[in-house]
Amino acid sequence: MTSRAGSVDRMGEPISQLTERDPSPMAESLRRFDATERVLHWVTAIDVLTLIVTGAILYFPSFSVRVGRRLLIENIHTLTGIFALVPLVVAMWGRWGAMVRSDVVRLTTLDQREWRWFDRTRRMKLELGKFNPGQKLNAIFSTAGLVVLLATGLVLRFPNPFPLPIRQGATFVHDWFAFAVGLLVFGHIGFAFFHPRSLWSMLSGRIDRHWAEMHAPAWVRELDRNEAKVE
Amino acid sequence: MTGKNGEVNESVEHAETPSEPKRIGRRLFLSVIGLGVVGVALGPGLSNIESKFLNIFSKKPGTGLASLLPGASQFRIYSVTNTIPIVANDAYRLRVGGLVRVPRTLTLADLMNMPATSLVKDFQCVTGWRVPNVHWKGVMLRDLLDAVGVEPGAKAVEFASFDGEYTESLTLAEARRADVIIAYEMLGAPVTPEHGGPVRLYVAPMYGYKSAKWLKSITLVRAGVPGFWERNGYDVEGWIGRSNGRTDQPVD
Repeated sequence: MTSRAGSVDRMGEPISQLTERDPSPMAESLRRFDATERVLHWVTAIDVLTLIVTGAILYFPSFSVRVGRRLLIENIHTLTGIFALVPLVVAMWGRWGAMVRSDVVRLTTLDQREWRWFDRTRRMKLELGKFNPGQKLNAIFSTAGLVVLLATGLVLRFPNPFPLPIRQGATFVHDWFAFAVGLLVFGHIGFAFFHPRSLWSMLSGRIDRHWAEMHAPAWVRELDRNEAKVE
Repeated sequence: MTGKNGEVNESVEHAETPSEPKRIGRRLFLSVIGLGVVGVALGPGLSNIESKFLNIFSKKPGTGLASLLPGASQFRIYSVTNTIPIVANDAYRLRVGGLVRVPRTLTLADLMNMPATSLVKDFQCVTGWRVPNVHWKGVMLRDLLDAVGVEPGAKAVEFASFDGEYTESLTLAEARRADVIIAYEMLGAPVTPEHGGPVRLYVAPMYGYKSAKWLKSITLVRAGVPGFWERNGYDVEGWIGRSNGRTDQPVD
């Protein structure tokens, strides 16, 4: 992905290829994700994919037999599992996390009215902000799911202090949550491939205004308002 | 969306600047955590139900729709140490001693030269999962006991694992059952290291923790000492469906 020499947006940053393909001649891009968010996203993505792959190897005997090296796989699964939520915590902690923190607030601010978004016939009435309700639910459910998987995973990996019913329950919950979070992750990846501009914005950090006005009109207005304030 | 405010509600709404912001996001997040906690609490019961349900549908290990569901028909590999101990077939030795007339140390070949018993039986774990119709092959423990001659005072059999930690025990009566074998084949092939190879115990009517893996020694004693998990709260008499607060269907 290279940018056309000399073409910069109003923020002085190169315009991405996808933006260039935009039919609108006046295409300008907006900053959707800052560097911290993109690093957070991709580090977590690699971590979660590692968890899914190693988890599948550990869980399905046909994979286990083919791969072998069980102890190594187990250790990778345990360590990536323990690490999974660390990037989020670190990203939210410091002064580099201002945009992460504000997006966490956006993602967890779900109004009751937003349920209608899931009804396609009523969806148009809703003026969306930076994230749509589906993205919000995905973020909430997969993060909470990771917390539950981490807690139950620790019981499975270090079972000795726990009484039997807790081990039984943790086994049951770890299985079903892994299944559910796995579905969320594959759904997320699927949507990303169907929305290449959105996917690209997680790499470049920018999205063209035309796209944003269609998918996140309230967010564009909010940005414009803030800019007006600054000026 | 009718009544006095109908007009207002029909207009475009600002999702992120609601007049009365309700962060149901936090509530949803905590609900998922809560679901996990409830799942852990109810898990033992639910996994009992799931196990019975899947048992009806799964006829072969690892096949069919049921095997795609979480918790179904899959072996989990457990080890109480942090390694999977590996001993080569040639180097493998099984010591049979204690209150016996002729203590013996058997090689894998010695075991394979004894009359073999094949079983096709489920493996039920006390943590809830069950693998149906596993093929097992080995020497009946009672044949081995007869071969070394049990002294009259012996009332129990202790098993130790070459992982250096794991121990188990059975009463002599249990050890003499026809469905208790010293297995060198499992799932139609030599027992792999993760499943406790080259030689492990298989106690069909009891939960998996009784079926000690990586079998190193068999010792006849007056009274059995509780095994590794039994010192951590599991029932010594680990009958499937009648112990550890579980109601799984027994292995026939």
